[in-house]
Amino acid sequence: MTCVHLLLTLVFAVSLGTPVEIQGPRGVPLTKKQFYVENKPFTCLDGSRTIPFDRVNDDYCDCKDGSDEPGTAACPNGSFHCTNAGYRTMFIPSSRINDGICDCCDTTDEYNSGAKCENTCKELGRKEREVLQKMTEITKEGFLLKQHLIEEAKKGHQEKQIKVTDMQENKKQLDEKVEVLRTVKETAEQPEKEAKERHLKAWEEQKAAIRLEKDKAKMAEAFLELDDNADGFVSVSELQSHAELDADADGTLTETEAQGLMGGAEQVDMSTFESVWPNIKDKYHSESQPEEPAPVETPPDEVKEPVVDNDSEPYPEDDISEEEDEDDEDEDDYHEDDDKAPPTIKTPEKSHEDEDAMPPYDADTQALIDAAQKARDDFEEAEKALREMDDQIRNIEKELSFDFGPDAEFTYLYSQCYELTTGEYIYRLCPFNRVSQKPKYGGSETNLGTWGSWSGPENNKYLLMKYEHGTGCWQGPNRSTTVKLTCGKETVVTSTSEPSRCEYLMEFTTPAVCQEPANTDLSPHDHVEL
Amino acid sequence: MQGPEVLLSLNSRGLLAFEHLRLHKDTQAQPDGAEVKESVDGDQQQDEGEKGEDGESDKEEVGLWEETFKSHTDTKPNGPTSISLDFSLPGVEHVYGIPEHADDLKLKTTDGGDPYRLYNLDVFQYELYNPMALYGSIPVMLAHNTQRTMGIFWLNAAETWVDISSNTTGKTVFGKMLDFVQGSSENPQTDVRWISESGIIDVFIMLGPKPSDVFSQYASLTGTQSFPPLASLGYHQCRWNYNDQEDVKSVDQGFDQHDIPYDFIWLDIEHADGKRYFTWDPHKFPQPKEMLQGLMDKKRKMVAIVDPHIRVDSGYKIHNEITSKDFYVKNKDGRNYEGWCWPGNSGYPDFTKPEMRAWWASMFAYDQYEGSMENLFTWNDMNEPSVFNGPEVTMHKDALHGKWEHRDIHNIYGLYVQMATAEGQTRRSGGVERPFVLTRAFFAGSQRYGAVWTGDNAAEWDHLKISIPMCLSLGLVGVSFCGADVGGFFKNPSTELLVRWYQTGAYQPFFRAHAHLDTTRREPWLFGPENTALIREVIRQRYALLPYWYQLLYQAHKTGMPVMRPLWVDYPKDTATFTIDDEFLIGRDLLVHPVTEEGSRGVTAYLPGAGEVWYDVHTFQKHNGAQNLYIPVTLSSIPVFQRGGSIIPRKDRVRRSSTCMENDPYTLYVALSPKKFAEGELYIDDGHSFNYDTKKEFIHRSLTFANNALTSNNLCPNCNFLTSSWIEKVLILGASKPSKVLLKMDGKETPVDFEFDTSMSVLTLRKPGMNAGADWTLLLQ
Repeated sequence: MTCVHLLLTLVFAVSLGTPVEIQGPRGVPLTKKQFYVENKPFTCLDGSRTIPFDRVNDDYCDCKDGSDEPGTAACPNGSFHCTNAGYRTMFIPSSRINDGICDCCDTTDEYNSGAKCENTCKELGRKEREVLQKMTEITKEGFLLKQHLIEEAKKGHQEKQIKVTDMQENKKQLDEKVEVLRTVKETAEQPEKEAKERHLKAWEEQKAAIRLEKDKAKMAEAFLELDDNADGFVSVSELQSHAELDADADGTLTETEAQGLMGGAEQVDMSTFESVWPNIKDKYHSESQPEEPAPVETPPDEVKEPVVDNDSEPYPEDDISEEEDEDDEDEDDYHEDDDKAPPTIKTPEKSHEDEDAMPPYDADTQALIDAAQKARDDFEEAEKALREMDDQIRNIEKELSFDFGPDAEFTYLYSQCYELTTGEYIYRLCPFNRVSQKPKYGGSETNLGTWGSWSGPENNKYLLMKYEHGTGCWQGPNRSTTVKLTCGKETVVTSTSEPSRCEYLMEFTTPAVCQEPANTDLSPHDHVEL
Repeated sequence: MQGPEVLLSLNSRGLLAFEHLRLHKDTQAQPDGAEVKESVDGDQQQDEGEKGEDGESDKEEVGLWEETFKSHTDTKPNGPTSISLDFSLPGVEHVYGIPEHADDLKLKTTDGGDPYRLYNLDVFQYELYNPMALYGSIPVMLAHNTQRTMGIFWLNAAETWVDISSNTTGKTVFGKMLDFVQGSSENPQTDVRWISESGIIDVFIMLGPKPSDVFSQYASLTGTQSFPPLASLGYHQCRWNYNDQEDVKSVDQGFDQHDIPYDFIWLDIEHADGKRYFTWDPHKFPQPKEMLQGLMDKKRKMVAIVDPHIRVDSGYKIHNEITSKDFYVKNKDGRNYEGWCWPGNSGYPDFTKPEMRAWWASMFAYDQYEGSMENLFTWNDMNEPSVFNGPEVTMHKDALHGKWEHRDIHNIYGLYVQMATAEGQTRRSGGVERPFVLTRAFFAGSQRYGAVWTGDNAAEWDHLKISIPMCLSLGLVGVSFCGADVGGFFKNPSTELLVRWYQTGAYQPFFRAHAHLDTTRREPWLFGPENTALIREVIRQRYALLPYWYQLLYQAHKTGMPVMRPLWVDYPKDTATFTIDDEFLIGRDLLVHPVTEEGSRGVTAYLPGAGEVWYDVHTFQKHNGAQNLYIPVTLSSIPVFQRGGSIIPRKDRVRRSSTCMENDPYTLYVALSPKKFAEGELYIDDGHSFNYDTKKEFIHRSLTFANNALTSNNLCPNCNFLTSSWIEKVLILGASKPSKVLLKMDGKETPVDFEFDTSMSVLTLRKPGMNAGADWTLLLQ
């Protein structure tokens, strides 16, 4: 293209024997020059009529198709041919002839308007050649890169398929393993449960005995206290000194009331006091202590496992921060607690409630627990591994299911992200995933669309990507983004715009769309296209 | 009176009324015995007698000294101040005008409904066929019958209502005929009543009798349409918003790629830095001059919006200067009035102050308005004024403009904004260049300052239809340079609607496409090649007719004649024309019946004028006047007819902007009347300066075809202007074939080639070639 003029001159030089300046009506391309023969009647190119040659380019439109005025603006539908030696030849609408605006780089369109045009064809030609060359280079290199990408994608694809197959095999094994371990766990848990129950029961019995013992001691103490005259009997009057035992809460313990408490007797001895004690023990205030400490209640029925000590949980923050795998984490923590259980029992503060704390398991029971715990751990670990395996398989299968182009050349974009910073925003394109926009100076991210589909023209749908269903616009549609792919050596977002409200356009270069360069280079002899 | 005939009578229903200014009741002296009733509520014709003064006044006291609208309280420190007067128009059944309303051309009676309201408001998604107030107010009503046209100009800028009643309302045609036959008919009569919230009764009656007389009488009171730069009659491409310089450039290139002419590209509020008008967003428009130069290189222009609400921001020069000069409108307590608008908290400059307007004008100087160049023009939006958090989205009535309350001047605020802006544009060129300013709000006299558009319409067929009566009504009361947003502002138009709107808009005076921020892009080439071609074609038709449009604007500027007219203006005795508002005239020579129905296969156009003929401008087919003509249409059809008896100059070499066509030759379209006569004019000047006025630099010629000779005569012998334009072609429609054609010029006779099309009787004179400013005669022999 770039050297047509030169070339044509050459052709003519050859055919006519001598180099000639090609003359003829203004604005006629060489291909049509034959129809404009000086001093011979001109027939409009649509054949509609024939006019004298002096009416060609006479600034009056005679032909309906505009062909009689290739060099003037007279015809509304005419076109003017500029040779643009050194650059590309082109046609412009004849309405641009002599309109005061330079359209042809060789200035030929402004021959009578007074517009000061400069011939810029050489410069443009040079620039265009540079651009073309660059483009060719880019295409060339891009295409090479693309081949690598295709290779890699192929390899990756195969690897992944093999991996998936392997994993599925492994998964089967894991499935079995989990089942086996579940049985082991359940088998180990049965004796553990029994041993624990035994231990607990024993402890409960022991606790009851201790409580009884204590009560007796208290009663004896109370008897001695009540027996003011130390005669070995507690009398009604002695009991009356303990106003707190007042049944009707009128502040005084009457004789009758006291007698009532004592089962009608005037006085009781130590052994008979045993039957009185249950009537008064709840209200009785020891004389030695101003206030009886809170009555010792039977410890609640709940089983006090020595492990429960959440307050001292050492890693609470880790627990909260990791949200994604909550279940797994929790279980891990739980196990850790179990491991730490024994030391917590020995904390010093227990002294007072010595009797409330369950004594450590005996060796046999502990052994059973340890065994069960191990079985549990093993089972859960296996189950977790199975879940992870499942996730991995799913991810790879998802990846394999994407349309990464005819030769999978877009595979490499998967799980990558590319950013472009403009005056106000940072745009982020994560191919096959989503497009987003974030204000440069703080502010929350806006979703400009998630992966929808390839949406290029029918003959090559891989030139456009469509991302849809982004954040809704106020009183408008959901945001969406079209990504236009062009050939480039590098994979970069080159520009973004918002041609319509909430409809974004992103330009993206990648080697993956580079076409095989035409098998020719730019040497002029390849450009005969007459 | 004319002879024994009463033309108009004032106060015949006794509705002359005004409030006495009085003190608040705590201190008030009892109003002395009034000779005029004070009541303003409703029609109380019979209620003329004295009322039970006490009971009545107690009831009326509510709202007299304070009124509440939604959450807004109007303090009304002066109490009630309203005024009223009625006019009776015997013999009149048709009244027009009092824009702006989205309603039919012929005003309806308001019995039993709301009166037509005049109160400039920023109405969100306005309703059609409704007397509600819109963006502008022109308190001028025209009354017309076959004998006479008259006008009433109620000069009052306060909130105004107009009630219309008629004794023929509800009567069927048959009923009227019956009346006529029986001779018992009472004379038809229209009664109107004007009420304003404050001010004085200041009324002008324009007595006509011809429509053109009323226009010139009204023009003598408020002035004529400003003569706009020629380019502003071209096509305007607008959108809220063209995003950045790159966007502007690519849209500009889009027009060239698709070979569609345009003259102006517009920037809405997003172009300014934080809605600080007179500035540019530094990211999106970092190099405004570069952008403007790029447009100038293509001989194109730009409009950037400048609204009258000023961002309250101590870092903003405009705000600081207005503050330091104390130019803001005040609230009732005397502090600067503030309200919400696009920039957030905003002040409102007091445009009623001449010093303020002078200062505002100075802000358009090239060294003040940074980034501006001579091809940057202005658009005043939101100048009702719009106050988002104000009562009815406008300013509080008790805000203060000096001594005057906002209630007194509300409807004229927008006029002053446009006045000051136009003045600024004129001054920046040292008074040489004509301004171009578009306004949304307007008042009587706004025509002197630029163009008006019909505000925020919607992409609906009814909105396309209503654009015709809305602009016709404005044209009748002085505002000729009118248009509606092509395509519809809100919502997305269907392709068919968009094409039809281009076809309609191309034949209305102000031709601008505009779209809301939330709409999808709709530049003309985005709807497939067929639709691009349809839109290109109609824009090209517009450009070819620019000489005619320009000449009509010149005429409007000189005489007050509307450019876009109802048919009755030129056919005042033809009652069939009195209610037509789906077709219209451009000047008196082009009749346009746009297709405004979805899926239309044909329209019926009324061609007026018994004994006249009309020529289809596309096919040159001749049709008789005084008939309803059914015209089958396709999507490419725009029924337009040229009046037999007219000569219209066109520039058929359409280029990418009007400026590019400056020196192009003319083609004269001579449409012969049945008597083989035609006349027209040709007006030429530089297209942009005041030199036509200050130096008489223009060409104004009459073109007359009579006795088989077409002659160009100078209408302004002492004018001087040189043009390189020439006459490339003359088409004579309805001609017979001559044996030869001679051009007589400078005492010489030269033969002219011609062709004759027998089927349509069109004679084409080939390249007569005379200069457009010369004296010449073409003789058909």
